[in-house]
Amino acid sequence: MTEAVALLTARLGDDALVLGQRLCQWITRAPTIEEDLALSNIALDLIGHARTLFTLAGELDGTGRSEDDFAYTRSDREFGNTLLCELPNGDFAVTIARQLAYSHYAVLYYEACADTAHPELAAVAARAATEVDYHRRHADGWTVRLGLGTAQSARRMQAGLDHVWPYIAELFDEDEVVRRMEAAGAAPSPAPLRARWEERVGEVVERAGLAVPAPRWRARGGRQGLHSEAFGPLVAELQSVYRQFPGGIW
Amino acid sequence: MSEAEGRGVSGAEGALASWEVFLRPRRGLAHLHVGSVRAADPDMALERARDLYTRRGDPLSLWVVRSAAVYASSPAERDPFFSGARHKPYRYPEHFAPLTEGGDRHD
Amino acid sequence: MHVIGLDAATADPESGSPGAGDGRLDRFEALLAAGETIEPRDWMPDGYRRMLLRQIAQHAHSEIIGMQPEGAWLTRAPSLHRKSVLLAKVQDEAGHGLYLYAAAETLGVDRAELLDALHRGRQRYAATFNHAALTWADTGAVAWLTDGAAVVNQAPLCHTSYGPYGRAMRRVCQEEAFHVRQGYDLMRALCEGTPAQREMAQDAVNRWWLPAVALMFGPPDTVVPGADQGTAAFGARVSRQAIAWGIKRHTNDELRQRFVDHCVPQAERLGLTLPDPGIRWNEERGHYDFGPIDWDTYREALGDDTHIARQRLAHRIAAHEDGAWVREAAAAYAAREEAR
Repeated sequence: MTEAVALLTARLGDDALVLGQRLCQWITRAPTIEEDLALSNIALDLIGHARTLFTLAGELDGTGRSEDDFAYTRSDREFGNTLLCELPNGDFAVTIARQLAYSHYAVLYYEACADTAHPELAAVAARAATEVDYHRRHADGWTVRLGLGTAQSARRMQAGLDHVWPYIAELFDEDEVVRRMEAAGAAPSPAPLRARWEERVGEVVERAGLAVPAPRWRARGGRQGLHSEAFGPLVAELQSVYRQFPGGIW
Repeated sequence: MSEAEGRGVSGAEGALASWEVFLRPRRGLAHLHVGSVRAADPDMALERARDLYTRRGDPLSLWVVRSAAVYASSPAERDPFFSGARHKPYRYPEHFAPLTEGGDRHD
Repeated sequence: MHVIGLDAATADPESGSPGAGDGRLDRFEALLAAGETIEPRDWMPDGYRRMLLRQIAQHAHSEIIGMQPEGAWLTRAPSLHRKSVLLAKVQDEAGHGLYLYAAAETLGVDRAELLDALHRGRQRYAATFNHAALTWADTGAVAWLTDGAAVVNQAPLCHTSYGPYGRAMRRVCQEEAFHVRQGYDLMRALCEGTPAQREMAQDAVNRWWLPAVALMFGPPDTVVPGADQGTAAFGARVSRQAIAWGIKRHTNDELRQRFVDHCVPQAERLGLTLPDPGIRWNEERGHYDFGPIDWDTYREALGDDTHIARQRLAHRIAAHEDGAWVREAAAAYAAREEAR
């Protein structure tokens, strides 16, 4: 059971790290300096979540692996993040749509973990929940502003939602790891949270004057390490300096 | 625009309104003016004020007020509005004989 | 970080203002003489306003452009701790840019105009950032040396005569101290690491020392006989006026010396060699001597038309243009809310 909790904890860390890495790619490229600041703030929180989650995973699985062992020494196939989190940034609307989807999910899931999970995971989740709630506010605000801004921004925001929506189902998937953990009462399944997510996100999308997309396909595979082709370069870049200096101290 | 008193006005491409930011840095202190942000709406102004002025420390509360809503006493920095105190030295304790020998320490 | 770049020398320090006869100039000078600050609604000579605007805008632009060399390493930071630290630093730079643009705006210009001037090459940023950040160690060298130079420059600017600028600088200074420390800490980790890491650190210092020592303090402004006499005489005139107006507190050369005096012992502790064979302790002066800077050659190598200068500006302009629709949307949304 502890092993399953460790796996799940590492997956949550992977989501946070990979999304944080994507947001790092925005810095110096954002529409305003204020957004450089906002996106880096969010990235900083996410990297922080990844660090605590990885450290906890290393303790729980008994390997004693460090946060950096998780981030820098695993191969692409060993990352268990969802495909949503690795989606390339696209334009600002795609990034906001991705943030909207993830942050609403993360608020719900971290809150659920804080209530029911393994005590150490619960403590980490409780803190993360308040931070991702701020990310949610940021995403909500921009979804509405872009939706109600200009004709162009509304078109782009709708396109962003359409682009991102097929990747949402994976966030709520239940697999063997999740089922074992839930049975043991160690951590909740995300599956039952989907309805609340639809409700909350639907309210924001409606306020933005946009339509909730109804995708005809859904992405899967990330949790099993089957990633998109864009993921290889992301990991290569992440690990490049680390791998260039074997035995390095940072 | 910053500090409400500046003369910068929006109007250039996409320039957003200016908001003055007030921060209560800790218990026992009033909200203090710390600077300004530009934002489209109050929520954005609060978020930007949070990002810009609360990266360090452990502040308790933020206010944002539209800069245009600040009603100033007069255009000049020193104006007759405030001239009273300077010419009324008897408002200050130093004007009077100290209560203890040896000077102006707190009585 | 703060910079008085090469183009400060093109300011016209002697410009007077109309209206000097009616006593306003006397009041302005009386405030300066009393060590009071000048506030946005006070009358000020045009020359003062222009010198301030030029300096604050250049400082703000330097923060924003300065995000690029380090920002490019955010995705490659070799530990999650260093990634977090670098994010916090680049974020501070964005924040410093915002404080400074806001200070500049109190002088009656709009940030959009200032950015436009940057994008069109009409206002400058620190030429220091027209150097390439080629390795991870460069992020450490930039923070330790470039930000270290900036702190030396900035500390006196907290007491600059223009109120909004001084207040912005006090915020900047509080945060900048962290940048230098973390840069030094990053370099120390490399110096205590593998030979390859150490080599990377030395290489970065070799490339960032001169930019810090030369460009972060601006042109020479102490007249000594020699090749730079003309530049120095002009620089001295600009500095004199800036000091008289309380915009600056020290000459470029005084600050440069202070920076060298700080850095030499730090480099010794790290076991790194500063790439200047002229550095040695001068007992008589109580300062470190250092080699003369070949200003003409150096300046030429760093004109606007270098590969990296073009890249920095193109990157900045692309971000601005790509984001135009987002800014327009925010403005349209604001107008719509206002109308409700």
